Amino acid sequence: MATYILKRFLQLIPVFLGATLLVYFLVFSLPGDPIAALFGDKPVNEAVAAKLRVQYHLDQPFFMQYLLYLKSIFTFDLGQDFSGRPIAAVLAEVFPVTARLAVMALIFEAVFGIVFGLIAGLRKGRFFDATVLVASLVVISIPIFVLGFLLQFTIGVQLGWAKPTVSSAATVQDLILPAIVLGLASFAYVLRLTRTSVLENMNADYVRTASAKGLSRFRVVRVHILRNSLIPVITFLGADLGTLMGGAIVTEGIFNVPGVGNRLYRAVLTGEGPTVVSIVTVLVLIYCLSNLLVDLLYAWLDPRIRYDA
Amino acid sequence: MTPENNTPRHGAPAVRARRQMEHFVADVAETPLQATDKVREDNAPLSLWGEAWRNLRRQPLFLIAAFLILVVMAVSLFPGLFSPVDPSSEACQLANSDGGPAAGHPLGYTQQGCDVYARVIFGTRSSVTVGLFTTLAVLLVGGIIGALAGYYGGWVDAILARINDIFFALPLILGAIVVMQLPMFRANRTAWTLVVILATFGWPQLARITRGAVLEVRNADFVMAARSLGVSRVGALLRHVLPNALAPIVVVATISLGTFIVAESTLSFLGIGLPPSVMSWGNDIQAAQSSLRSNPMPLLYPAIALSITVLSFIMLGDALRDALDPKARKR
Amino acid sequence: MRFSRTSKALGMAAIAALALTGCGAGGPAAGGGSTGGDTSKVILVDGSEPQRPLMPADTNEVGGGKVMQMMFAGLVSYDPSGKPVNEVAESIEGKDGQNFTIKVKKDQKFTNGEAITAKTFVDSWNFGAAAKNAQLSGSFFESIKGYDGASAEGSTVETMSGLKVVDDQTFTVALKQPESDWPLRLGYTAFVPVPSGALKDPKAFGEKPVGNGPYKMADGGWQHNVQIQLVPNPDYNGPRKPKNAGVTFKIFQNDDAAYQDLLSNNLDVLQVIPTSALKNFKSDLGDRTINKPYAGNQTIAIPEYLPEWSGEAGKLRRQAISMAINRDEITKVIFSSARQPAKDFTAPVLDGYSGSIPGSENLVFDAAKAKDAWAKADAIQKWDADKTFTIAYNADKGGHKAWVEAVVNQLKNTLGIKVEGKPYATFKESRDDATAKTLTGAIRAGWQADYPSLYNFLGPIYKTGAGSNDASYANPVFDKAIADGLNASSVSDGNKAMNKAQEILLTDLPAIPLWYQVAQGGWSDKVTNVDYGWDGVPLYYDITGK
Repeated sequence: MATYILKRFLQLIPVFLGATLLVYFLVFSLPGDPIAALFGDKPVNEAVAAKLRVQYHLDQPFFMQYLLYLKSIFTFDLGQDFSGRPIAAVLAEVFPVTARLAVMALIFEAVFGIVFGLIAGLRKGRFFDATVLVASLVVISIPIFVLGFLLQFTIGVQLGWAKPTVSSAATVQDLILPAIVLGLASFAYVLRLTRTSVLENMNADYVRTASAKGLSRFRVVRVHILRNSLIPVITFLGADLGTLMGGAIVTEGIFNVPGVGNRLYRAVLTGEGPTVVSIVTVLVLIYCLSNLLVDLLYAWLDPRIRYDA
Repeated sequence: MTPENNTPRHGAPAVRARRQMEHFVADVAETPLQATDKVREDNAPLSLWGEAWRNLRRQPLFLIAAFLILVVMAVSLFPGLFSPVDPSSEACQLANSDGGPAAGHPLGYTQQGCDVYARVIFGTRSSVTVGLFTTLAVLLVGGIIGALAGYYGGWVDAILARINDIFFALPLILGAIVVMQLPMFRANRTAWTLVVILATFGWPQLARITRGAVLEVRNADFVMAARSLGVSRVGALLRHVLPNALAPIVVVATISLGTFIVAESTLSFLGIGLPPSVMSWGNDIQAAQSSLRSNPMPLLYPAIALSITVLSFIMLGDALRDALDPKARKR
Repeated sequence: MRFSRTSKALGMAAIAALALTGCGAGGPAAGGGSTGGDTSKVILVDGSEPQRPLMPADTNEVGGGKVMQMMFAGLVSYDPSGKPVNEVAESIEGKDGQNFTIKVKKDQKFTNGEAITAKTFVDSWNFGAAAKNAQLSGSFFESIKGYDGASAEGSTVETMSGLKVVDDQTFTVALKQPESDWPLRLGYTAFVPVPSGALKDPKAFGEKPVGNGPYKMADGGWQHNVQIQLVPNPDYNGPRKPKNAGVTFKIFQNDDAAYQDLLSNNLDVLQVIPTSALKNFKSDLGDRTINKPYAGNQTIAIPEYLPEWSGEAGKLRRQAISMAINRDEITKVIFSSARQPAKDFTAPVLDGYSGSIPGSENLVFDAAKAKDAWAKADAIQKWDADKTFTIAYNADKGGHKAWVEAVVNQLKNTLGIKVEGKPYATFKESRDDATAKTLTGAIRAGWQADYPSLYNFLGPIYKTGAGSNDASYANPVFDKAIADGLNASSVSDGNKAMNKAQEILLTDLPAIPLWYQVAQGGWSDKVTNVDYGWDGVPLYYDITGK
């Protein structure tokens, strides 16, 4: 197992190179000149623009820009964004906030998705099953920018149960509502995945055996049905952690969360290459690690799964 | 073969057994052992798909889903049959802005004074194109990559899964902006542009799910058995592993269908969706968002249309899984 | 003009535009007059993250601009009506419109104690103009003699020959040619003095700027992406004396979030009501709202380098387009009257504005005349019925989609041609096509004043070869008329000449004026005395608690 884990860590190197190269290329291909855009619709002051292009290496060909970026990474100086701030400082600001938000959303979708999915599966075709089906349809069919707005307006403004936007500290309490909104879309996936899995496993021989042995229903459900039903759910949740970290552009915008999605969105719009690549690089590392964790969980959940090291 | 081949008949009594210790094995009358044990000598063995089709035909769930999907398809192919108003030739009149239902315009008007009913009908094609074809593309690419990675493991897994990780991390919005300015899409953005974008950045999720599901199944006894009986590796993957790994793939694919249609709306919200000249549910939902508090109806109707479409595919997926997945099927 | 790359204002205004120079001077406040109010309250207002370090000459967008205006005092500042009043200047004199003598008030200091003299100004301006310092607003100094040498690419010249220090309190400015409205510009942020430390290490200064304005930055006041806290500068003695205990800009990514905060009293003043709330804000906020025109407009520019839009036929077509747009209807229905139908190319709050310039009838909806003009153009040069007329806009920010769609529908209905909105994914992409002259149709444009002058709405946009001339309009008669205006001996003569020049524009219509911007803002029930300046920015220093 240790060899397997070591191998996986070694694989991070090509992933890192591949991801940064690809992202850098995408940013490089973004339409529009980021420096000219700094002038708005004023005439571009060519002398000033030339100076800024040199400062941000934008005068170099693509591959040179990429190498310079790699060099800056290995010297632990990620460069500066357009407002002259070290990108490392920007990362240190946004990632903790979004990590809090993503983990809360993940807990929300996991707990409610699994519990509701389990009940729906155990009572297939009954009222509860139908109700959660309708609820998940609503969540799937209404975009998050509408759902988020509605929840913010009703819960935040009209009922006053929560602040409509997060405070400067972005505390756990502030993030409850955004986390629910963020987790809603994935909640539907977790719920349906759990339900389907439970339906499958309820028929399995080992479940019948367990019941036949006279195990309590609770134990049958928890140990034999649920544990065996979790693999697809865990796969989904592991992948989703990454999505939640990087894809919260809309939710972070609605609730004014000063996090990764917000900064990434702005950097993409203004074409700040190094900022985008740095953020995405951290995201790739998070994906790889969450993926490794998921693979290790597989082996724990189902002893039949083994990895050839 | 029992017509009720869904799960609870068997599962539920067994689970309930604790309270009625005396029947911890289900009653013989409840368990159609005869049917299970009877060897069918009259028929030649059916192929996987043939058997699935026999199962499907008898399921009300499948029939309802199929009917709904046919209706949606008909609307997207021939919108003119369902709406007397053609919104692409009749421009909207601001004078009708946010108007309620009127004769010939049963669902009222949008803020721009467009007929909501006609737009929902004519928006079907783009939205269904985006949802359906993105899902198909994602199933194809993600399914193959995920299945290979999970089934073969080792270096195949290492390479495919890491490519997967890289693609997973690419921000959709960045990719979308770059793809949209490619020369072939620049002047003419259609639903197909969205299919390309969403499929390019959407397959990694399905690949991960497939990989996990295949990993779970590949070491099962029946796969070993098949292999020892001389079934080739690929044959075992196709005939034994994949059908057993199908459930989570189908669930994710059917929900994704809806998610992709909605993603188009979210991209419009961020300013990079379909141009306003292309009618789609997503575009309409996005446009109606700004008057959500004063006139929520133009938002509600396309969302309902979207719900019905997603519902019918979820039901189809459930039926398909019941028919194809040996674990959920008994004879 | 300042523009916002990231947020709200992009939308509210123009092609880029959008500017909102936040300045202003004291004045009567709405809802309660300037009487009383709690001066110990810290006012919480909406802002956006500055895009560049906070150096005055490097700040050309709203987020940083509002902060700079409050932290610095220039030679003049503008009162709420847009009239310049002396702030640090004792006097500004120049009879010929080309050579000016400027006297600086005595005993002026930055908040770090450094004295402000004539030399401070000359050094600051030279720094802003010199190419080696790469300041974004450097071109604001372009009228000054010697600018070209200092600003050329790779130039090592660090001073402009037109600036001369006479004594501690006096300096002279020589312009390249007479420009009667030049003194009007001196309230713009690029012209403020900066301390000597800023010139040595602009980057460090940009994080913690030190100014001489009504407010200064609190210790650790700039929490990036979260807030910027300003506290009153006790030594400030100009016309914009703070009447509160500080102003905190809470940084928002979108206006909708800010509006929800306002409704729940988590925000005191919201500069711009978001489009999603236009139908509800009056019932939500009652009388805690304002509706006041400011110096900005919205237009669509139609480039003359497109064959269908050049020459006589192009002119007739543009007139047809203009008369086919029902501005009253759109401003009412789409904007809930948060805009006013345009009657010229400038803005009604400006000195010299006239709503009845000959030719302004071309801006009035008249379906019959529009069809007629289109038919006349067709007689000269046939419009290809398969061709689609596009109106481009940037879709990343600003909510332009709704009004572009409304215009598109009106054009379709009135002229019976194919029209489509053409969204650009990002603002910079739209600028690329505009500057490279590769537009394929019309583009959303507009202007937000840098300083309150008619010329600012005309010269930089429509003069032959002007930097912001997206329509590539070139008309020597118009250029001459503008030059006459600049050479005029008095501001009022100048204004008359500018409006004469507008008559030409109203016939040629290089851009089609749509509407004037209206500041539509709201505030919580914790504050009072809220009023807006000529530029659509709240007069923050005047706001008090209840």
